[in-house]
Amino acid sequence: MSKDTLFDKVWDLHKVSSLPGGSDQIFIGLHLIHEVTSPQAFGALKDKNLTVKFPNRTVATVDHIVPTDNQNRPFKDNLAEQMIETLEKNCLQHKIKFFNIGSGSQGIVHVVAPELGLTQPGMTIACGDSHTSTHGAFGSIAFGIGTSQVRDVLATQTIAMNKLKVRQIWCENQLSNGVYAKDLVLHIINKLGVKAGVGFAYEFAGPAINLLSMEERMTICNMSIEGGARCGYINPDEKTFSYMKNRLCAPKNQHWEKALTWWKSLKSDEDSIYDDVIKIDASKIEPTVTWGITPGQSIGINQQIPLLDELSPNDKLVAEEAYEYMSFKPGQSIKDIPVEVCFIGSCTNGRISDLRIAAKVLKDKKVSKNVKAFVVPGSEKVANEAKQEGLDQIFKDSGFQWREPGCSMCLAMNSDKLIGNQISASSSNRNFKGRQGSPSGRTLLMSPAMVAAAAINGKVSDVREFIN
Amino acid sequence: MKSEFIPPIGKITQINGQCISLIGNDIDTDRIIPARFLKCVNFASLGESVFEDDRKTLKGKHPFDLEENKNASILIVNSNFGCGSSREHAPQALIRWGIKAIIGESFADIFYSNCIAIGIPCFTLPKKSIEEIQNYCDNQFLFLEIDLKKSLAKSKDLNLNLEIKESSRKMFLSGEWDATSTLLDNENLIENKFNQLPYIKFNSNYS
Repeated sequence: MSKDTLFDKVWDLHKVSSLPGGSDQIFIGLHLIHEVTSPQAFGALKDKNLTVKFPNRTVATVDHIVPTDNQNRPFKDNLAEQMIETLEKNCLQHKIKFFNIGSGSQGIVHVVAPELGLTQPGMTIACGDSHTSTHGAFGSIAFGIGTSQVRDVLATQTIAMNKLKVRQIWCENQLSNGVYAKDLVLHIINKLGVKAGVGFAYEFAGPAINLLSMEERMTICNMSIEGGARCGYINPDEKTFSYMKNRLCAPKNQHWEKALTWWKSLKSDEDSIYDDVIKIDASKIEPTVTWGITPGQSIGINQQIPLLDELSPNDKLVAEEAYEYMSFKPGQSIKDIPVEVCFIGSCTNGRISDLRIAAKVLKDKKVSKNVKAFVVPGSEKVANEAKQEGLDQIFKDSGFQWREPGCSMCLAMNSDKLIGNQISASSSNRNFKGRQGSPSGRTLLMSPAMVAAAAINGKVSDVREFIN
Repeated sequence: MKSEFIPPIGKITQINGQCISLIGNDIDTDRIIPARFLKCVNFASLGESVFEDDRKTLKGKHPFDLEENKNASILIVNSNFGCGSSREHAPQALIRWGIKAIIGESFADIFYSNCIAIGIPCFTLPKKSIEEIQNYCDNQFLFLEIDLKKSLAKSKDLNLNLEIKESSRKMFLSGEWDATSTLLDNENLIENKFNQLPYIKFNSNYS
């Protein structure tokens, strides 16, 4: 059993009681809500005649269903309009702060909360969205919950949960040029498998992690869930604190000093005990691309799609399913596979640094005429910052469409969808069958820089050819 | 057309029903209920859309479309079932289709807790046992009587020792799987915790 890790410290601090069945009642320090998984929870409150216990511990934004072309109200899609109206009504009625479209702070919930300084070390954070693990980048314990648990948090600010085990993923050395946080996390998921994290929180640590910026760390923690770990985190350090300083909701003045002292005490002790430790050599990782239907099915850009015989018995069933669905042949190179759609955005890779890297690749280049390419900033703040830096113009000049913030084609709940069996190069997080809106659509996950390279060449390419 | 959905309530001690086998590892919640069906403000109509895209692809041959499975209520699955998105819409679609319990090799964490929260017990068995059950289901109807008190499943030919997290099993037996009221019982402790947490005092107001 783990001991003295950040996870243990934060869990113990937030434990309200041991429940009769053996799980713990955990206080949730920050609750984030959005339009998709909250309406039924508010409905359940009403049915049970309950109220929101701590309205100022919940913050809302709208992201999944928002159109990215024309955000004028009412939305063209009646169902989407109904969902945003329901959220507006619920927030108003229960006095919950809502960052709506046009507020200057709307965006993907996992982009918005860190940039507002809502996400802080040592907190427990829950949201009805599996990518809540993102917030662990700040040394918080953050995890996705379902709608019934959203109801529980609204009503009690607590949930019932079994304590997770802790696995440390120690990343040695450093990533080489042209290799990014996305490549590292895809590599980790490939090595450990998509279900290795079930029952675990992942602590990402080591020199390669320390070198990452806060936005890169968010990319890593974001995809913990793709490795099965509901929660992933990184011990806070000076980078964490300097990112937080002066953010809208971050502690100010004398509170800042107190917070800093407390935050510094949170990190896993030198002699803390883990349930498991895994080592990864970051220097050996190449730009990484998925070829299949799970985020674990990835290879380096210069590798071939694995043969059935090269896979462990447990991976064969899904591999066979993937060959068929993707229409790829075992042994085929991933490089040069033609792509038809290029998508830069999502809670994984829709932040300003992601846009900067992609724009650098795209500057003075043109998107292939066979490719539909679009970029969806993660938030209104990201969009504004990008515009100030002229990034929007670089994207537009290259042939990318510049869109309004939202989740967009990561899960295609709005009108941004693949058509038929189109292949997309995507900076998002899931390559599941049908994920990007077409039941036969095919998704290749990669870093934003690699998406930019694929857009230019019209095929899967090695971005290092563009940046060296 | 299935009869009207009645959600489970109170103690869950026994589940009897016909098994339906769904073969595949890493079946994610996007497949259980594709994202376009999440455009709703209640769960009422999700049952008919469960596995919509997989069913269309298989043109009537998907287990959830087979006539012989239409009254099945115990789902048999393989490894890492329910991975991906936290959407409770996935178990909500399954329960509305008629699934009352799931037996599998393993489950994704969030899917598992969503199932518990809405009253679907999820049990695990070793890979070999699951494959045996799935083979059995291929050839004939399998009716199981699941006893949560003993964590046992019985049929005329089979006796299975099911595994389930002890905390979940206890919650079903006591009826406390619908956690809200249990959590609310500790209202004073929640208030105390709120007052003790260091960061509550640090935070700036966002308004």
